Amino acid sequence: MLKARIIPCLDVKDGRVVKGVNFVDLKDAGDPVESARAYDAAGADELCFLDITASHEKRGILIDVVRRTAECCFMPVTVGGGVKRTEDIRELLLAGADKVAMNTAAVLNPEFVRKASQKFGSQCIVVAVDAKRVSMPDEAPKWEIFTHGGRKPTGLDAIEFAEKVTALGAGELLLTSMDRDGTKIGFDLDLTRRISDAVAIPVIASGGVGNLDHLVDGITKGHASAVLAASIFHFGEYTIAEAKSHMAKAGIPMRL
Amino acid sequence: MKIAIIDYGSGNLRSAVKSFERAAHEIGSDAEIVLTSQVTEVAQADKIVLPGVGAFADCRAGLQKIEGMWAAIDEAVSRDKKPFLGICVGMQLMAEHGHEHETTAGFGWIKGDVRAIEPDDKSLKIPHMGWNTLNACKQHPVLENITTGDDGLHAYFVHSYHLIPGNREDVLAETQYGGTIFAAVAKDNMIGTQFHPEKSQELGLRLIGNFLKWTPDS
Repeated sequence: MLKARIIPCLDVKDGRVVKGVNFVDLKDAGDPVESARAYDAAGADELCFLDITASHEKRGILIDVVRRTAECCFMPVTVGGGVKRTEDIRELLLAGADKVAMNTAAVLNPEFVRKASQKFGSQCIVVAVDAKRVSMPDEAPKWEIFTHGGRKPTGLDAIEFAEKVTALGAGELLLTSMDRDGTKIGFDLDLTRRISDAVAIPVIASGGVGNLDHLVDGITKGHASAVLAASIFHFGEYTIAEAKSHMAKAGIPMRL
Repeated sequence: MKIAIIDYGSGNLRSAVKSFERAAHEIGSDAEIVLTSQVTEVAQADKIVLPGVGAFADCRAGLQKIEGMWAAIDEAVSRDKKPFLGICVGMQLMAEHGHEHETTAGFGWIKGDVRAIEPDDKSLKIPHMGWNTLNACKQHPVLENITTGDDGLHAYFVHSYHLIPGNREDVLAETQYGGTIFAAVAKDNMIGTQFHPEKSQELGLRLIGNFLKWTPDS
């Protein structure tokens, strides 16, 4: 039986993990490769690197991180951040990424999703959908797509956008609620469920995880195929094994 | 022993090379792993690995773009009986035909066609993406020390199409996803895995190690 996935996400800036990872005795908590290796050993189902380096000149540092990760981790790795051209995708795949996540480029130029999935296959094209609720509490719920880390509104309806990029060939959606990101109060389940039910491809729920019940809800109530979390794992609040066993006890098929 | 992993511009081959190197190290093998797009290297290799991601027709076109490559692989596998491992679309290419977007001929070593996954439960997501267990359909040296069944090790899958073998005896392992998915095939000197051993941690490294050790019965 296919298992739900737990995906730790590492924000990387200038080749270093932002805020660091402190759940095991790492020699260097800021080294993304050491963190990746620790998560591989801890039983993570996949790993996600989001590069938030502002300068394009430093792209080589990220490529080196991906390359070194591929030498020691034998699980799927998704890399996102700054992917604008097919050359960016090729470079990441050749370095050892299995999937590439795109956000702004997919919003500004949806045809890029088609081009990329035709060239590299849908299986490696992840569209990062950053959505924020724009309706008032007494209105019918509505979410809008934001870019630039949630700062820039686009006027695009999140559900319509998700359907559109799916039709263009995306293989998976990484759905982040910008309202919930960093809040630790749980996923926006309404948003997650609406998008998961609207598209035929797997959805990764992200944004807002503060405890293990939130992970369960993402799958059971949000209908997501995978859950992504960062801080609850990075700072040792919970281990991957605890999360998996908690989800399994809630009746979710997990790879234990 | 020389292992040729064929590079024809399809996806991520670095992790495939690294996983073969790691698996070789773990079993104490001094196998030389080469990533190659040279026809002569395929002819010289002792074992051949054909990875593949993307669409069936694109992978076939990618192989055919290298002059003589398609024929060189066919000869090495069907005439010279060199041990062969096809991964994902590399397994699918072993079939007679693929029906992804258009109908394209494969190598035809395994009777059967590659078709879209159609789960009984329409709410199931396509691609079939993630970790799933295997049910072994026959004994084979490449499955040695790999626990199968519901409590067994997991393999990483990501695919929307699958090979439906015409001969039941060619099926090495199955998995379940709204119906049966043919997870691996085995015939004579050939192995194909729909899952990605290079991404499947313990199961994957063991399978690759077994493939490196394997000498098919002649």
